[in-house]
Amino acid sequence: MSISALSYRPVDILRFNTCGSVDDGKSTLIGRLLYDSKSLMEDQIEALERSADITGGGQINLANLTDGLRAEREQGITIDVAYRYFATPRRKFIIADTPGHVQYTRNMVTGASSANLSIILVDARLGVIEQSRRHTAIAALLRIPHLVVAINKMDLVGWSEERFLEIRAQFEAFLPRLDIKDVKFIPLSALNGDNVVEPSPHTPWYAGPTLLGHLETVHIASDFNLTGFRLPVQWVNRPNSPTDATLHDFRGFSGQIAGGIVRTGQKLLAFPSGIVTTVKQIWTYDGVVHEAFCPQSVTLVLEHDIDISRGSMLVALDQLPGSSCDLQAEVCWMHTRPLQVGKKYFLKHTSHTVQVVVTELIDKLNMSTLESEPAPTALAVNDIGEIKLRAARPLVFDGYSTNRLTGSFILIEPGTNATVAAGMLRAPHDVFKPDAADYVI
Amino acid sequence: MSSYHLDHLQHLETEAIHIMREVAGEFERPALLFSGGKDSICLLRLAEKAFRPSELPLPLLNVDTGHHFPELNEFRDRRSAQLGAKLIVRTVEDAIAKGIATPAPGEVSRNRLQIPTLLAAIEEFQFDCCIGGARRDEEKARAKERFFSFRDSFGQWDPKNQRPEIWNLYNGRLNPGENMRVFPLSNWTEMDVWEYIQRERLEVPSIYFSHQRRCVRRGGQWLPVSALVPPKPSEEVCDLVVRVRTIGDIISTGCVESPAMTVADIISEIAAARVTERGSRADDKASEAAMEDRKKAGYF
Repeated sequence: MSISALSYRPVDILRFNTCGSVDDGKSTLIGRLLYDSKSLMEDQIEALERSADITGGGQINLANLTDGLRAEREQGITIDVAYRYFATPRRKFIIADTPGHVQYTRNMVTGASSANLSIILVDARLGVIEQSRRHTAIAALLRIPHLVVAINKMDLVGWSEERFLEIRAQFEAFLPRLDIKDVKFIPLSALNGDNVVEPSPHTPWYAGPTLLGHLETVHIASDFNLTGFRLPVQWVNRPNSPTDATLHDFRGFSGQIAGGIVRTGQKLLAFPSGIVTTVKQIWTYDGVVHEAFCPQSVTLVLEHDIDISRGSMLVALDQLPGSSCDLQAEVCWMHTRPLQVGKKYFLKHTSHTVQVVVTELIDKLNMSTLESEPAPTALAVNDIGEIKLRAARPLVFDGYSTNRLTGSFILIEPGTNATVAAGMLRAPHDVFKPDAADYVI
Repeated sequence: MSSYHLDHLQHLETEAIHIMREVAGEFERPALLFSGGKDSICLLRLAEKAFRPSELPLPLLNVDTGHHFPELNEFRDRRSAQLGAKLIVRTVEDAIAKGIATPAPGEVSRNRLQIPTLLAAIEEFQFDCCIGGARRDEEKARAKERFFSFRDSFGQWDPKNQRPEIWNLYNGRLNPGENMRVFPLSNWTEMDVWEYIQRERLEVPSIYFSHQRRCVRRGGQWLPVSALVPPKPSEEVCDLVVRVRTIGDIISTGCVESPAMTVADIISEIAAARVTERGSRADDKASEAAMEDRKKAGYF
């Protein structure tokens, strides 16, 4: 076995996204990360060289690595989220390259929603601009656990520590208004590779890690919630096997655990019926297990034959969720047709889709000041605001701040089927209180 | 490391199983595109993990170009039978005979002709969703693909108008005639696929392993000599010890010289590789936007 094969042992995955304005050098930065970490292959480098001969006057353009579509190369912008993959001996990385173009904020939400970490790119010459504030606010809203502010093009400001500190101060002026715990500032030049993979000789005043060094070592505090068991049922598993008697009566509830831990013998409450039952068996293809945890995919067999189908939720008794038709949420509007109060949408939450009507538009986030503006008239594309909704059937949910998976939803416009909004639920006013009678079966 | 920890393959696996079950929950008539290649072999195992002990709730579909490696079709049929799955095969040959697919004058490659053949099969069986084994790390246009990739009633992909995908919430709603392509392996790399094959002890077609084959040097690649690829007198022909890294049609799949006899050998080889897997596919080299153009027309 070769040395590189022996050293290839990633044990976990860090998902991160990059955001910045047009020309901040995002694509160049990703190109540099891939190039300097030796994740690029010869044919990719060859393709780069070919396109350099045609369009680049002979100079390799690292941005061509990520700007995949012809439309993008022609316009020199990134029009959609592109995903890139690389691994070092320490970690496997999934990059969502999300464009900073003003009309594509929805793509940043898409790319960032599952990220452990966001990189905000800032052009050292320009400092903090509205886009930087917007991207940071979105990262905070989505509760991305870690943030890196990459102050790029430091070569163009003479590697000035003073300029670096000035931009850091600009950020620190508005960070307290956002709920972000971990922020790292790194001075770099993506074009020349300073402090990306290799430490820069130009920044003796900077004692911190390179960007890759930070990505490899940042502690990914469990992204997944291990308290408060939640299983949204995706699919009812009923083999109905006429030949195998043991399978004839098998009835399992398949889904991906969205929070907590489940054990054989544990009591669970089934929504929407409100009936308490017991876990008889945790079935997986690889055998029966006695315990399973978020985000594993499992099939639960229960003691009682109760009405459970796709969209039902099984939850632990010790931490009950909310169950209500009246919902309040922060939403990022993603469609050119603005949000209309009084309009009906489909809301998809876990494995459950329900009709809702928007009853109130409470406020809107001003992206320049990061202040909330009460009683706006509309939410247009790329706006973020707080709304109230009324659902046709109760939703079983947690606040987004407690559980990203049971606290998030999308809105779908009937007819066009367009995904028009990403929503983050406020914590429920009251948790579900089962009737004592329902406990007995 | 706590015991409540998933490694990278377990993470990718649970993500893919979740997607498979969303398909089963949201679509009326889904199908799974199974070629017998390494990616779709992983898809089948993931389908077993998602749906057992039930039967797979969706048939397998393969578009046979007529230029497949015989080893691949043999494996495809055998594996489908092992799983007790329903396998539907539609051939480009038949689509040409019916006038569904029309070759351009002198067109040898069946690559483009797969598209109308696939679309006709979708129409014939009224499939509303096809699960495919495409991965984002394969190619630049694939890198922009969603897990749930919406196709209009012409089967077209519109990269500028994709549905945003947030958290793990997939919008599978369709109007009549529209179709969804779903890619559970989106976040997998070539290395992940082979590591998964190793962990799950999955059988793969023999041509992935080192074997003796007569090859002809063409376009910077070693193409397997066959009735479809006869060497020209001026061309260099060699008997080599090779394997295929990615399987396309026999006329466009380059062989790589390799001593890899086991999955572990292949993993070592990929870890040390300096060329991407698609580097051996002539169909992608045609132009920088080759894949983008084919996807827009309905390619999976």
